[in-house]
Amino acid sequence: MLIEIDDLSVTFGKGRDAVRAVRGVSFAVNARESFGLVGESGSGKSTILRAICGMAPVTGGELRIDGVPLPKRRSKAFSRRIQMVFQDPYASLHPKRSVDATLAEPLAIHGIKGRDERVVQAMTDVGLDPRFRFRFPHQLSGGQRQRVVIARALMLEPEILLLDEPTSALDASVQAEVLNLLSRIREERNLTYLMVSHDLAVIDHMCDRLAVMKDGRVVEQLNRSALASGDVREDYTRTLFAASAHEVAP
Amino acid sequence: MNALRRDWLLDPNPASHGQARLGQFYLGWLRLIRNPLAVIGLVIIGLLIFMAVFAPLVATHDPIAQNLGNRLQPPFSSGHLLGSDEFGRDIYSRIVYGSRVTLYIVLLVTLTAPVFGLLIGTVAGYFGGWIDTVLMRLTDIFLAFPRLILALAFVAALGPGIGNAVLAIALTAWPPYARVARAETLTVRKSDYIAAVQLQGAGSGRILFSHIAPMCVPSVIIRVTLDMAGIILTAAGLGFLGLGAQPPLPEWGLMISSGRKFMFDFWWVAAMPGLAIFIVSLGFNLLGDGLRDVLDPRGTGK
Amino acid sequence: MSLLEIENLRVSFDTEAGPVEAVRGISFGVNRERVAIVGESGSGKSVTGRSILRLVRPPGRVTADTLRFDGQDLLSLSERKMRAIRGQRIAMVMQDPKFALNPVMTIGDQMTEGLRRRDGLSRRKATARAIDMLAAVQIRDGERVMRAYPHEMSGGMGQRVMIAMMLIPDPDLLIADEPTSALDVTVQAEVLAILDDLVKERGMGLIFISHDLRLVSRFCDRVLVMYLGKIVERLDARDLESAQHPYTRGLLNCLPSIGGDRSALPVLDRDAAWAE
Repeated sequence: MLIEIDDLSVTFGKGRDAVRAVRGVSFAVNARESFGLVGESGSGKSTILRAICGMAPVTGGELRIDGVPLPKRRSKAFSRRIQMVFQDPYASLHPKRSVDATLAEPLAIHGIKGRDERVVQAMTDVGLDPRFRFRFPHQLSGGQRQRVVIARALMLEPEILLLDEPTSALDASVQAEVLNLLSRIREERNLTYLMVSHDLAVIDHMCDRLAVMKDGRVVEQLNRSALASGDVREDYTRTLFAASAHEVAP
Repeated sequence: MNALRRDWLLDPNPASHGQARLGQFYLGWLRLIRNPLAVIGLVIIGLLIFMAVFAPLVATHDPIAQNLGNRLQPPFSSGHLLGSDEFGRDIYSRIVYGSRVTLYIVLLVTLTAPVFGLLIGTVAGYFGGWIDTVLMRLTDIFLAFPRLILALAFVAALGPGIGNAVLAIALTAWPPYARVARAETLTVRKSDYIAAVQLQGAGSGRILFSHIAPMCVPSVIIRVTLDMAGIILTAAGLGFLGLGAQPPLPEWGLMISSGRKFMFDFWWVAAMPGLAIFIVSLGFNLLGDGLRDVLDPRGTGK
Repeated sequence: MSLLEIENLRVSFDTEAGPVEAVRGISFGVNRERVAIVGESGSGKSVTGRSILRLVRPPGRVTADTLRFDGQDLLSLSERKMRAIRGQRIAMVMQDPKFALNPVMTIGDQMTEGLRRRDGLSRRKATARAIDMLAAVQIRDGERVMRAYPHEMSGGMGQRVMIAMMLIPDPDLLIADEPTSALDVTVQAEVLAILDDLVKERGMGLIFISHDLRLVSRFCDRVLVMYLGKIVERLDARDLESAQHPYTRGLLNCLPSIGGDRSALPVLDRDAAWAE
């Protein structure tokens, strides 16, 4: 098991105002697997990704990568193994930094040489015209921005990508392009994906196994074939299934 | 040729960092000059700078040469465009040379107070916790004193003089910038793009200076231009009280102070430098308002 | 004559780099029926909705050969008369109730404000009317909701309150701009069903602006597909599957489906000719 999440709890705030965003969640992701977390807003799915990155107050349980518990402070070595793609490409790029500056930043932090070639290569890898290299985020479309975000996550050549609703802010046609890109990259680089989405159809398209979340708990874990055959145990999963299936088969 | 340069600046696919930055700058410039009031402000500041740089050419008289036979002449008389003061010095020329003093003060204050305020504000906002508490209470203490009184105290301790006046103004001017920078930092630090650099393993210094500070700079710049009037007035106030520039230096506040005695019979001696202060303050305010539209980081995303 | 008639509507925005046309000469009419305007971001669908209510602010400019509502030329009406139409006769539901409700007023005050000020109803009558309206959007504990502030409500609840509020003056036309996009999928269906019932029951016209072609086809009578400020295809909702335009077809096919194969999703091959 590459990623192990064991009885994880995350609580924001203290005392009476405490919000228990994640309540004792456990699951594990194999190397080179694509694992999905589905749920509606407030189900705690994104918080799990943030907890892995050390950006959420973990109040219980353990997170292990390759069997080794994650240290309290995430190290630079962690950065080289795990990267994240954020939900809103409008909010996850620094508005005053060009594509070039954004992509070169991780190289500078880790003292990696060959900035020019690597930036251009990364742009071509995600299907961005290298002529866009010195554009600012506001000069790019939503899909192009998300490609920059993906390229940035790949700069350090990580083995795990955490995908936080990577297409929910995009148009349907652009979503298809970005999902195709993510599938291709995973194949080419043997990546492990942990993907969060509210859209069961997207998760089904991208992931081998998935966990359905509600109110900070995992309701059910499924694999793809079970979902396709409608072999689900929980009512909530069925509701979600019905709501999502509606979108595809009128 | 001109069209060519415009195309180069507005090229959607710039070939280098420099070109991209210049292009953004040019777009901002275009946005600024679409606002007529901002252009008026810009012209006023431009004239001030021109006057200061070319003072010997623009002035008609020596600003400190006394001519007691020609004292207290009204405007437009005997070669004195704006009249003469109690020592027969040409008021127009003194205002022209005085612009150097004003610019000197403005320049020194803007180079120190906002930088210091920015540093305090971003550090407090980014780290939070006890660091935030300590730095912000310190800011509050400085904010709680009336600016002129605090500046007076500093000058009284350090001795009068224009350098000390600038130091006093800078020491009293930074807290608002710290507040602005902190507020901006608080909205930025939780954003996904900061999370992204943190996730890449960047240290606090890198995040603060190359990611957070650039987001705070526009609000601070806007605030500085809007405060400029206040800074000029404080400097003039110190001059007026005899604690800033020392005679016979042609400083505007000092000029008003010496004209005060003749206010009722020879109004122009105090009114002319007063008018100069008014126009320059207005210029900075108009420019500040225009810059707000151009620099607002949220406005550029649309 | 239609309730709303639009001919050659154009909206352009002046920017530093020159004017940009968001809507480029579209014509359509709306009766007491449900019309959907579908398109992706930048297609001009939202701007179209806003220009009907003259909510496009400078530097935006709206021109049209005809922009007529119930016989009145909307473009030449005075701002005062326009205010009488806005909300009263043409109502609008926005995407996110968070930004459309006043955060410092209770729901009750916001809902009854118009009734009391405009229609001169007493507090008791206005409150009763508002609670009735909340009941119509399936909020049963109306009295509690009336005392709540917007931040105390979930997204779905907020959107239902918005719909209730918009329907109080009994408008002839409702413009709904992505009314469910900010909501969870399980809540979406519920809110749509409520909206659908109310529109049918009251026989008003509905302009439903959305990016989701499938959703819209289940819910509307006619569909207008917009691309870069033009209407590229007009369809009856039930004929969606036989759409001709490659853009419409692309939008229909690019969504993943549960149990579908894992091969690459079809992507839109945008043709410059579509924008002609």
